[in-house]
Amino acid sequence: MGRIQLKSVTKSFGDVQVIPPLDLTIEDGEFTVFVGPSGCGKSTLLRLIAGLEDITSGSIDIDGADATDVPPAKRGLAMVFQSYALYPHMTVRKNIAFPLRMAKLDQAEIDKRVEGAASVLNLTDYLDRRPGQLSGGQRQRVAIGRAIVREPAAFLFDEPLSNLDAALRVGMRLEISELHERLATTMIYVTHDQVEAMTMADKIVVLQAGVIEQVGSPLDLYRTPRNLFVAGFIGSPKMNFIEGEEAAKHGAHTIGIRPEHIAVSESQGDWSGVVSVSEHLGSDTFFHVHETGLAETITVRADGEVGFRHGDRIHLTPRADVIHKFDAKGLRIE
Amino acid sequence: MATQHSRSVARLMMAPAVVLLLGWMLVPLTMTLYFSFKKYLPLRGGDLGWVGFDNYIRFVSSSSFWPAVQATLTIVGGVLIITVILGVLLAMLLDQPMWGQGVVRILVIAPFFVMPTVSALVWKNMFMDPVNGLLAHLWRFFGAEPVSWLSEASMTSIIMIVSWQWLPFATLILLTAIQSLDSEQLEAAEMDGAPPLKRFFHIILPHLSRAITIVILIQTIFLLSIFAEIFVTTGGAFGTRTLTYLIFQRVLESQNVGLGSAGGVYAIILANIVAIFLMRIVGKNLDA
Repeated sequence: MGRIQLKSVTKSFGDVQVIPPLDLTIEDGEFTVFVGPSGCGKSTLLRLIAGLEDITSGSIDIDGADATDVPPAKRGLAMVFQSYALYPHMTVRKNIAFPLRMAKLDQAEIDKRVEGAASVLNLTDYLDRRPGQLSGGQRQRVAIGRAIVREPAAFLFDEPLSNLDAALRVGMRLEISELHERLATTMIYVTHDQVEAMTMADKIVVLQAGVIEQVGSPLDLYRTPRNLFVAGFIGSPKMNFIEGEEAAKHGAHTIGIRPEHIAVSESQGDWSGVVSVSEHLGSDTFFHVHETGLAETITVRADGEVGFRHGDRIHLTPRADVIHKFDAKGLRIE
Repeated sequence: MATQHSRSVARLMMAPAVVLLLGWMLVPLTMTLYFSFKKYLPLRGGDLGWVGFDNYIRFVSSSSFWPAVQATLTIVGGVLIITVILGVLLAMLLDQPMWGQGVVRILVIAPFFVMPTVSALVWKNMFMDPVNGLLAHLWRFFGAEPVSWLSEASMTSIIMIVSWQWLPFATLILLTAIQSLDSEQLEAAEMDGAPPLKRFFHIILPHLSRAITIVILIQTIFLLSIFAEIFVTTGGAFGTRTLTYLIFQRVLESQNVGLGSAGGVYAIILANIVAIFLMRIVGKNLDA
């Protein structure tokens, strides 16, 4: 069980309020991702849930019981840190066994659980090594192992993949998702990477300056972003925002069109412009188009085989059904 | 670019320093060895010729030899225990964020800048004097009979004085070590259910083990040769005659250079035995 409920939680450091009153419910078994730019308070929020920081006001309930003043060790949560925070002087086995030893389990039970966790995470061959002798990905798995042996009510991940190289990150992303499918335990995952958020989450919480901008499933956020910030943050490459006359035609202050929702043509289209940069990824090609008569440079995603180059004049047609409209305050207009 | 040419130039340029250091070490060592095999009494006939191992045998068979070795080891051991334990505690205290941290840290380090002779005199006359000392006043305030520290508890007194001098050094080294501890490790241990005392023994202390070994190693080297503190306080009386002090007495008070030199060679051997033991313990810690 791991239902976590935050009720008008605030956090201030001195006079600075980093988290204004915030309400959030995380259902049992849900994979929730906190995403936002750096400094948005997502890590602070996670540390508040973990109990590593005291909340200034409000309350936190875990499984219906008030956990606001419960010390971190008693909340039944396990955390994986950004730096992994492995104990360098202990072997992998002792690292994973540490929380069990602290809980004074008997040795046979500790051995059983450590072996179990090691086989799940492919660490069996490394149990007698020290963290310093492991690669980044293996260290990451040890940190996860140390979290799962406790059989916690929920896992907290604080940007766990940010220290890994790109290829390893994709692999670990899959492993964490698989682990969630298998354990079906609540997981709260903090990241600044919207790709991680989109691929792993059941529920995404987009934060900015301590304020929740939107909560929803990845596709909800992609299809119906509630405001300009969420629209710009979710999706890669970033959504094109167009203001002024073009937006006024749609009865909005700003309109947003995702790069993948614009058709590219050599001969005809609504807008015409010149390619300034083309990025060929093989599977896709991104064109940055200017001189379209609009103030903004437009980013367009096309098929990988489309071969326009710098300086070519092309024509663009946005798909009318997926144009997002926003008012002067940046809120979505239906 | 380390060509043949630049290497030989480098060797040439390093030569003066190497020769100087070598001379600095070799000349006194050779002279000590030379005198240790001679009967040399500057005020009673000067150089009276070679005597073989006589000086060595006389130095060890003297009734004051083993008590001197014991006194040396007691002082070294006592000071190490006090400075390491208090050093760890002080380092943890100073690591806490507090108002005026910079000033407090400088104050803590201050005793290290006081010359050994001066600090021993200050302790002797201002703290431990049985009539006017601060400690005597304190004892009388509580209605107790003042302790004449340097004669009744001479060893304890000297250990206290030397510990006071070396505590800042230990604290400083341990403080820098404690500051390099990743706070996420402590937080992880906290989440893993380790109470503060267990966090100290399982996380902080192992992290400090290397710094502690360095403190022990460096302090041992210097503590084996403490002299000024004994000279100005007890003058080697009341069981505080260390090996260093015994050698001093043999050479200057008895004016027996040969005997003293033999003692010096023993001191070198003792220091090396201690160093070998330490290196074996430390080696394991420094490799990891």
